[in-house]
Amino acid sequence: MQQSNAYIITFSIILTVVLGLLLSGTAEVLKPIQKKAEELDTKKQILGAVMPAEKIDAMKPDEINSFYQSRISSKVVNIDGEEVEEQDGAQVTAETIDVGKNYKKDPEDRLYPVFIFHEEGNVDAVASYIFPVYGNGLWDNIWGYLALQTNMETIEGITFSHAGETPGLGARITSTDVQERYKEKSIFNESGELVSVVMQKGEGKDYSGEPHKVDGLSGATITAEGVNKMLKSYLEHYKAYIEKNKEGASGMALN
Amino acid sequence: MSTDTAEKEIALKESEALLSKRRKKLVTDPLVDDNPITIQVLGICSALAVTTQMQPTLVMALSVIFVMVMANLSISLLRNKIPTRVRIIVQLAVVASLVTLVNEVLQAFAYDMYKELSVFVGLIITNCIVMGRLEAYALGNKPYDSVLDGFGSALGYSWIILTVAFFRELWGSGSLFGIPIFDGISSLFGGDFQLATNGLMVSPVGAFIILGLLIWVQRTKTGYVEH
Repeated sequence: MQQSNAYIITFSIILTVVLGLLLSGTAEVLKPIQKKAEELDTKKQILGAVMPAEKIDAMKPDEINSFYQSRISSKVVNIDGEEVEEQDGAQVTAETIDVGKNYKKDPEDRLYPVFIFHEEGNVDAVASYIFPVYGNGLWDNIWGYLALQTNMETIEGITFSHAGETPGLGARITSTDVQERYKEKSIFNESGELVSVVMQKGEGKDYSGEPHKVDGLSGATITAEGVNKMLKSYLEHYKAYIEKNKEGASGMALN
Repeated sequence: MSTDTAEKEIALKESEALLSKRRKKLVTDPLVDDNPITIQVLGICSALAVTTQMQPTLVMALSVIFVMVMANLSISLLRNKIPTRVRIIVQLAVVASLVTLVNEVLQAFAYDMYKELSVFVGLIITNCIVMGRLEAYALGNKPYDSVLDGFGSALGYSWIILTVAFFRELWGSGSLFGIPIFDGISSLFGGDFQLATNGLMVSPVGAFIILGLLIWVQRTKTGYVEH
């Protein structure tokens, strides 16, 4: 059957409109649910930096929300480590800051959320500080949450996520055994300089004696470099805040 | 005359049982004798990519079943309206929309699965099985038959990838659906006994090996030979 051009064009237009309406309709309906799921996922990632993954997996969404509520407090700081409460007349909260969007701005202009893991019901009994980090992997963005112990030096834990790293290679940054490697490592060297923790090239070596090095990802050198750059740059951005809140630093002396 | 016979044919078909022998064959044929993966060797890419664990594989299988049934149904309903010259684009548009739907639903209700699978779910669009059934069957057959045909092919695809995933997760990670099996077996025999997992199974190479073995077993049984 040979149809006229007019028929083909009409058919295509109708099909496009129908499918377009169907898709935008579903997207609109599902948006609030998707947003909730995404927020829950962010909370899981934040908690993942200070808790074992199995424990989080075992929790129901409501439990995660209430646990997050009772154990995490948050604030927003600028590059100088000063707390920011509003910007351009609008209130800012750590949860609403899009780290990815901020990443496109100049480091000086960015807002930096800080999440504080504390004892239940006591905001001052800080257990660890969690800092979001953001950067580029091989194909797309990578991000994560780095938790420091109260000495602001030792890594308590870390979680990584990615948008499109190669499964089995770069995507391994999300696996717990890779993230475990960062535990107990130190971001400052003996003379107090910020050196971050650097993932090495090649895999399978033992770096347990070296506080600033972790084993690499075989076959994912560029992702690993992205992770290194991300950690280093964000630790630099948070440096002012980190220095201010070091145990025994000026803030404590005032008390 | 000709209209007469056409009407008779329609009457004949309408009286056919809901699950007549011919229709059952539509579903069962692609399971073994005409399996899209092992016989036609289509849809290999996703069969390799998602099958490291049972759970994502199951989600993938369900997604493919949904997409294939719905795509076959819509194309079959439209089969007399679709302009032949743009039919591939039309098929693609329908399949792509369905896949986007699946992706949106996953993002809302199974966010963890969405994070893991969204790349592969997107690739259902290019899964040769889907387009192949649309082109070969749905364009020329009635809606109900097409639904059965799509369901059969998707089921054929599903059981193969689930089988591959079963062995890959069991041997590669020592677990099934995330439940540790090897650890359980080891603990039965006391501390010294340890079942080792095979790292090869986690990589795509493992899928090739399992799939190759499956095809070998199946073709030995059915006697299928490629010419």
